[in-house]
Amino acid sequence: MNFKTFAAFVGPSIFMMLLFIAFPLISVFSQSFYLTQPIYEIIEVETCTPGFITQTCVTEEQSIPKLDEHGDIIKVTKFVGLQSYRNVLELERAWDAITSGSWRAFQSIDFWKALRFTLTFTLITLPLNIGLGLAIALVINNASKAVRGPVIFISLLPFIITPVIGALSINWLFRGDGVLTAAMEWYTGRDIAMFAQAWTIELLMMVYRVWHVAPFAAIVLYAGLQTVNQDSLESALIDGATRWQRLRYVVIPHLMPLIVFISMIHLMDAYRVFEEIVGFSSQGHVISLQWLTYDFLVPDQAGNRSISRASASAMLTMIGIIVLLIAPLRRTWRDHKGGH
Amino acid sequence: MSSRALRQPLSLKLTSATFLTIWCVIAAFPIFWIAVMSFKTPVDAFDANALNVIFGPATLAKGNGLSVLAILLGLAVLWGTFKVASKTMPNMVRSYSKPGLQWLGWLVGCAAVAIGFLLVFFAILPMVLSVLNPVLGPLGQDVLGLTTEHYKTVWIDRGFSNNFQNSLLVTAGVVSVSLTVGTLAGYGLARSGSNLAFWILIIALVFRALPHSVLVAGYLPVFISSAEWLSPILGDNAPTLYGKPWAVIAVLVAINQPFTIWMLRSFFQNIPADLDEAARVDGCSHFQAFRRVIMPVMWPGVITTGLFSFLLGYNDFLVTSLLLDAQNQTMVPAIAGMFNRETTTTDQVVAVAAAVSITAPLFLLVMVFQRQIVSGLTAGAVKG
Repeated sequence: MNFKTFAAFVGPSIFMMLLFIAFPLISVFSQSFYLTQPIYEIIEVETCTPGFITQTCVTEEQSIPKLDEHGDIIKVTKFVGLQSYRNVLELERAWDAITSGSWRAFQSIDFWKALRFTLTFTLITLPLNIGLGLAIALVINNASKAVRGPVIFISLLPFIITPVIGALSINWLFRGDGVLTAAMEWYTGRDIAMFAQAWTIELLMMVYRVWHVAPFAAIVLYAGLQTVNQDSLESALIDGATRWQRLRYVVIPHLMPLIVFISMIHLMDAYRVFEEIVGFSSQGHVISLQWLTYDFLVPDQAGNRSISRASASAMLTMIGIIVLLIAPLRRTWRDHKGGH
Repeated sequence: MSSRALRQPLSLKLTSATFLTIWCVIAAFPIFWIAVMSFKTPVDAFDANALNVIFGPATLAKGNGLSVLAILLGLAVLWGTFKVASKTMPNMVRSYSKPGLQWLGWLVGCAAVAIGFLLVFFAILPMVLSVLNPVLGPLGQDVLGLTTEHYKTVWIDRGFSNNFQNSLLVTAGVVSVSLTVGTLAGYGLARSGSNLAFWILIIALVFRALPHSVLVAGYLPVFISSAEWLSPILGDNAPTLYGKPWAVIAVLVAINQPFTIWMLRSFFQNIPADLDEAARVDGCSHFQAFRRVIMPVMWPGVITTGLFSFLLGYNDFLVTSLLLDAQNQTMVPAIAGMFNRETTTTDQVVAVAAAVSITAPLFLLVMVFQRQIVSGLTAGAVKG
């Protein structure tokens, strides 16, 4: 296929990706160095209230946004360098907190709070997802042919459900005296409130995430199990390998490429954790990096969106993605070069 | 292989079966539970006792309930519908529709089954029951509390159908555009072994990893002020892109592109290149080969990819909630808003009913397309 035909086939897709992915990235990058603000002017306002003998008059200085001839607020955009990054990172406060050894003070800064949660969330759910996925794949593979179809159907439900709704559905089971909270209270004999402290909410979010993504891991690994070489299993059996050893030394090495694939997808997706925050409405206790950007983008009470701060936090989020992707990308590149 | 040597001890079989059962319960329970909750009055729905939630005494006390007979007949109708939809209807479609017009046959068949079901379930069944229930004594007495008032509230009073239309529009747009653009690109990438194709795929992979909020931070200011910077090109009627469904469609299509082209490429690689080589030898250009030879055999891959595009458009919260204004929301942000805003339990149950309404189509989707979804999940992975 010559270049011209190739370009004709691929062109529309590349165009869309350039226009809606690459271009926004550049614009986010440049926005993060600029700040758009209304111009304020300070005027003296005299307010008088009727008094007993004379009027009481108070003169105070007010800063109000300047208006142009159409009555719109005049806004200026100016280069502020790394100011937005400083506003998001709050390095001085963070450094003070670290030097005084106060974890609580450190975690009261939004960015570091979000970073801490995003990383723990990603790293804790990863092994749980792989482990549960592998276990489900093994038992489905072990089940008789007749039940496999229905079981896969049921397993697909948590995967396919809208993430916000899935999180909400688990939320409703635990909210207030929901059935599961009631069951736990009955079992432990203690009063339990799942949404009163951060760690229980985090726990529920992780439970939700594993529930939501384990089916994907399970189905991919189940497909991988179908291609395990029966001869090597048989030889292992003849050599006297136990069931566990066969799993550990024959089956898992065979599934390794798939496990790496699932881990990569999981790292990318869990790092973007966002829907859980909405579904569990946990923003008071727990936030994630993506939610931080989202929160800057949502208009505040005055209707202003802090675009430059959102851009700065978006760029900081990107750094994490790049760190995550370096290892797999280097491997792909080596494979590609080796292939030629 | 001799099955004797691999035979498992009973304890292992039991553990395996138990684990499978527990997993199925865990997987289905939250969804099943919100479905149950949505049919009860608030008192029952948020009762701490699970049995009260299922049987709904407070709902029953209000006079909304089902008798044993009603449950049995209802189940029979459901089972009959399932049989008709999975056996009779496909057979009839196959034997009656002309070759080449199969899709029309399927469309008519599905519509007929759906209308028939609605008619029997919601019109004929209640009529039959109203006659039979008083006659049958204990069998005809209400035992299970059940009310559909929350669904009425959501769909009629709260204007959820408006959100539904928006969702439908966005999803349909995303699926059709992203498949059109993606199929061409996937084919091109699969048939080209050049370095450029490799780099495009790698960059697409990086794009796939980007958090969507990063991209939205890029769109928002541009979209809000689009009337200004578009006016030199389009004149006075330059649109504000913010709040326009088609702008959201374009954004979602682009976000979905990396995934789509990876998936379609792996499907196209499975179609032997000899096919289009042969067509080229017979004098077709690349595009003609694509249209006449590849298009007829590419549908399984396209349907699978389309399903995942559908899910992306249908499930999206972040992009639609930020780029569409509050009056013009799709379903997911609307429900999240309902849930966060409302404080009374009645409103919560209404939100639950909305959540079930949005999940029901997904449930049907898995039912019909289970095989395609599974093949899609494994396509990228197993073939490497």
